[in-house]
Amino acid sequence: MNKNLYLVRCGEVALKGMNKPYFERILLERVKNALACYEGAEARWIDGLMFVRVPDTVPEDDVVDKCVKVFGVASVSTAVECEKDIDKIGAAAAEMMQKIIDNEGVQSFKVKGKRADKSFPIQSPEIGRIVGAIILKACKVLRVDVHKPDVTLTVDVRREGAYIFRDKVRGFGGLPLGTNGRGMILMSGGIDSPVAAFMMAKRGMTIEAVHFHSYPYTSQRAQQKVEDLVRVLAGYMGTIRMHVINLLPIQEQIVTNCPEDETTLLVRRFMMRIAEQIAIKNKNMMLITGEDLGQVASQTAEALVVTDSVVKMPVMRPLIAMDKVDIMDKAREIGTYDISIQPYEDCCTVFLPKHPVTKPKLERIEESESKLDVDALVAAAVASEEIVTISPR
Amino acid sequence: MIYLDNSATTRQYDEVSELMFKAATENYGNPSSLHQLGFEAGNLLHDARLEIEKQFYGHGIVIFTSGGTEADNMAILSTARKMRRRGNRIVTTKVEHPAVLQTCRRLEEEGFVVEYLDVDVDGYVEPQEVKAAIDENTILVSIMTVNNEVGTIESVVPAFKIVQEYCNEHGNRIIFHTDAVQAFGKISFEDAQFDLISVSGHKLHGPKGVGFLYMNRLIQLPPFITGGGQENGYRSTTENTPGIAGMGLATKMSYGGLMDKMKNMGEVNDYLRRGLMAELDDVELNGPEALGYSLYDYGKRCPSVLNMTFAGTRGEVLLHTLEQDGIYVSTGSACASHHTGDSHVLQAMSLTHKEIEGAIRFSFSEFNTIDEMDFVIAKTKAAVTRFRRLGSFR
Repeated sequence: MNKNLYLVRCGEVALKGMNKPYFERILLERVKNALACYEGAEARWIDGLMFVRVPDTVPEDDVVDKCVKVFGVASVSTAVECEKDIDKIGAAAAEMMQKIIDNEGVQSFKVKGKRADKSFPIQSPEIGRIVGAIILKACKVLRVDVHKPDVTLTVDVRREGAYIFRDKVRGFGGLPLGTNGRGMILMSGGIDSPVAAFMMAKRGMTIEAVHFHSYPYTSQRAQQKVEDLVRVLAGYMGTIRMHVINLLPIQEQIVTNCPEDETTLLVRRFMMRIAEQIAIKNKNMMLITGEDLGQVASQTAEALVVTDSVVKMPVMRPLIAMDKVDIMDKAREIGTYDISIQPYEDCCTVFLPKHPVTKPKLERIEESESKLDVDALVAAAVASEEIVTISPR
Repeated sequence: MIYLDNSATTRQYDEVSELMFKAATENYGNPSSLHQLGFEAGNLLHDARLEIEKQFYGHGIVIFTSGGTEADNMAILSTARKMRRRGNRIVTTKVEHPAVLQTCRRLEEEGFVVEYLDVDVDGYVEPQEVKAAIDENTILVSIMTVNNEVGTIESVVPAFKIVQEYCNEHGNRIIFHTDAVQAFGKISFEDAQFDLISVSGHKLHGPKGVGFLYMNRLIQLPPFITGGGQENGYRSTTENTPGIAGMGLATKMSYGGLMDKMKNMGEVNDYLRRGLMAELDDVELNGPEALGYSLYDYGKRCPSVLNMTFAGTRGEVLLHTLEQDGIYVSTGSACASHHTGDSHVLQAMSLTHKEIEGAIRFSFSEFNTIDEMDFVIAKTKAAVTRFRRLGSFR
């Protein structure tokens, strides 16, 4: 069986010092996992570059797509391998170029030489010139353009062989999943929280989710939408567990007993408490939210102080200083945006105050809350959780 | 379970399911095939066609389609294509199903002029409005028989008369179409002489994915789908034999003992309406109060629909509360719940946003009973009371 070669480069992992072998080992495992669906796929490190080989029956785009989704991967190239002989390299490069011409009708090109193996007798610029000349002779329609070429081929002569590749498809960078603790994302059906979860996972954090709804004041379709969002995230992170909690009993208590303009904040405080308890139970060390400073009334600086004060656990807010448009761009990039903008609400507007307080005082909020049996309500909510396990498509 | 969403779709008659299973496993031939198996499949189609044609005046033919929406599309688009040299005006109403409204919008983009008639607070189109709207450029009048959201029996009979008179006086031709998706199987069409009538199979305990357009023989619309020449060339494609056979049987069964069944449905409908109004304050009926049982009862309400607004609530929340008790209803119309906007029908009836938000549609079949309604009344009362208790803080 013939296999296609892919060169996978790591980003920050390469900068690690003593821990580098650990990160490299995990990243290799993640890439292998991502390709486990292709029988015969293999991956290994050679001199700081990951060599991935997958049977040529699998479309190249699929393999590249799977690899760039692995956190810690900086870029991926499909490559052609050949012996370290300048004539053979030239022939292989010309063959590759002919295919590109046939498919895309390109007109100009350039060859970049690279020589990691200094025992190879020809120096880097010379490699480029020689291979370029061979291509020019073989593919008559082409001309060389070193400034704005349609196609750039790179020839990399390394210890164990020579490699020719064209594009580098960028990955997300970051660190391999599972190298940085566990966090619990408060997951809504909106645009922000999936992006927040993604950003933390990209830094290596293993993610678990908690979702709050108010059925029958919200619809089952709203939860379906959240599951769809988590399924997209699972494409990057593998199977994700989501804890689902019905907040309606708590909302009813709040609406009946507390001032209207504080309802949203009081509900947020309950969400944080419940999330923290579930996080502790499931060995998560921090909470993650999609909050963004000043985006809505419950996300003003004052409001964040009020919601933060009910939990001891650190609360990560990776989007806190981002603008909404940038968050939306990120959501489009990771593929959650189109799901997030579906109309199903996960929080019934019945429970939204007309004029929510934007500069709440902690003492007043605590006073309002004293009318409720907070511990009992939280315990009942935690006990009522349902767990959904969501795997990538 | 109490299913009160029969205007969205109905449960198939068991006999229909059995017949369809047989059609799929035994009579699976292609009706166009010359052999015995094809002949048998053809017979199934033939029987269904006869069964359906029996329900009409007898001057037309049945063209099977993929459903009510396709029948509406065919009626409007093919009429426009056929008549475009004679005129470019189409008259319809603001309360039609999207299958009609969106098709008309499409024609507007192609240069047709569409007049959307207003309705009164009961969702009823005054026949005089039709008279005022038609002129020598009018080629098509399309008015639904029964409105899907509020159940109003529209003025198709007087409107058709007006159109006929106009045509006789002026010597021109205006085609009259009615979307009868909510009416067929509940109201008799025996003496209706409309040019085009759209029907859907799954609203009368038949299968989904099948419907028909009943067409006056004199009209001769151009082909809608070209190909192998099935359906007299009007709509090519291998016939959906199980679906069509199922719809034929569903038609026969729906119209069997129709008046008794409809009177009974009317009693169930009234019982629920009166019960809810007695048990709850601030409940409004959307649509006419009086129930009607024939095309001539225009301005009254078909017993299959009861649309009510529970002031100060949200229909969608009530819907989800009731489903926990096994009661299935809808807000506005099933198709409309994909949109976030308010129901266009209730808007046309001049309801406010708040009133539309609190609206629920109960829609009945012959299988609903008065006993069930006691449970529905109690549960609706509980749901509305709970919501209002929370909502009263707002």
